[in-house]
Amino acid sequence: MSAPSPFPPATFAPAPFASAPFDLAPVAPGLWTDEAQPRLIGAQHRVTGEIVFPIPDGDAAQHYDALLLSRTGSLWSWTSQDFRPKSPPYAGPEAFTPYLVGYVELPGQLIVEARIVGAALADLSLGMAMEMVIFEFAEGRSTFAFRPAGDSA
Amino acid sequence: MTNVQIIGAGIHPFGRTDGRSGRDQGVFAVHQALADAGLEWTDIECAYGGSEGAGNADIMVNELGLTGLPFINVSNGCATGGSALASARNAVAAGQVDIALAVGFDKHPRGAFNARPGDWGLPEWYGETGMMLTTQFFALKIQRYMQMHGISRRTLGMVAQKAFRNGTLCEHAWRRSPVDLDTILNAPMVNDPLTKYMFCSPGEGAVALIIASEKKARELGADGVKIASIAVRTRPPGSFEVFAPAISVERGGKPTELASKAAYEAAGIGPEDIDVAQLQDTESGAEIMHMAENGFCKDGEQEQWLEQGRTELNGALPVNTDGGCLACGEPIAASGLRQVYENTVQLRGRGGARQVSGNPKTAYSHVYGAPGLSAVAILER
Repeated sequence: MSAPSPFPPATFAPAPFASAPFDLAPVAPGLWTDEAQPRLIGAQHRVTGEIVFPIPDGDAAQHYDALLLSRTGSLWSWTSQDFRPKSPPYAGPEAFTPYLVGYVELPGQLIVEARIVGAALADLSLGMAMEMVIFEFAEGRSTFAFRPAGDSA
Repeated sequence: MTNVQIIGAGIHPFGRTDGRSGRDQGVFAVHQALADAGLEWTDIECAYGGSEGAGNADIMVNELGLTGLPFINVSNGCATGGSALASARNAVAAGQVDIALAVGFDKHPRGAFNARPGDWGLPEWYGETGMMLTTQFFALKIQRYMQMHGISRRTLGMVAQKAFRNGTLCEHAWRRSPVDLDTILNAPMVNDPLTKYMFCSPGEGAVALIIASEKKARELGADGVKIASIAVRTRPPGSFEVFAPAISVERGGKPTELASKAAYEAAGIGPEDIDVAQLQDTESGAEIMHMAENGFCKDGEQEQWLEQGRTELNGALPVNTDGGCLACGEPIAASGLRQVYENTVQLRGRGGARQVSGNPKTAYSHVYGAPGLSAVAILER
């Protein structure tokens, strides 16, 4: 007897390792969708309705169905990272540039932690509108992030 | 249940002690606690102890003596000390033994703690992308709290200023020099809004506490302090804790609130009855938020409390009288026991230059740590 897959039939495709249009290797498979405006792939508990991100692995996965998360939300909190984290686990560039991190509330779903890009510390304020993007956090490798919404021009 | 007292307290100075292992610092603290209680090692009937990163505690019997006592290693992260104390208290309260030991020690390498995702049940990408740092969590929590409740950066600085000022008066503190407010506020940023002087550092140190039944304490003529209650709690649903890739939109309770409430209930007193408090101050903002989470003030009132000096040594509720984690550093398994040690000192009136005024009768300690657990102990004289 095998556990049911946490993924529903192919209603959407998880991003493969080499993802167009960035030609970058995602930091891990299955975190976001492979579409023009990617969304994070969360999961919802079949009984309690609890929403989580990322999809649990191991035995816990059998209790969840995949759920696409909103690509827009509001800034819940933020901070700067002003020293280079130790490696491992940090896999960013050796030459360190401070970066921003925050939590973004996806309405009715989840509050997700992510790198914040396309903004300076002074630009950020509680509740500001944010949208998800993919960015190169290390040479040739991509991860998800949020930036102030409407900045795409 | 039998009433239980702390009858002996020992500490190895916190900070950096090159050439002495964490465990040897633990042995040092045990010897000091025994001398304080007027006991020999052979009098100890059972022991609970641990370290986060400096080895097993039970090996201490090599130095202390092979008396055959049961020595239980405690490995409970930031609650290691608190759990050791709770276990020793329970053994005495249950009538199993009359005299027990709780000991915690640690010796961490320099720099921020370096957590590995796999140890915490988290995917590698969380660490690879630079989001798995304890310092970030504390900054993210206080940033939101400041926005919601009108706490200023200056107030964060004042918490650190107080810690270093109290540390100058404390023999076991690591940081013994005062730091002025401008220096604190203008120091290099670690994680906005927290500068380097607003964070404690991983360090070294050890604490040992000897616990006895009230009857035994009386027989020994001990200078005892009653343990009114101890509560250790893990996180409830919807809490916001360190190392969380995502949290629920349904915001819930906090482990500190649970432990605090349970400790007050068991002691039969409330926050208004506390004379002196040691609150987890991993960084300045933690002390601010923990003042409210432990029931001492409402959210946002801290701004006024600090301005009025209410948490100073001569204030209405002195907080972190030995300089807390900010001045003492944080050897994980010893840190919570240091708070209880300091409260024992204060209730015995042995604080010297840092003794709080008014002959304190009740003392409160609160330790918090990853992955969302909290331990509260209330002592009475």
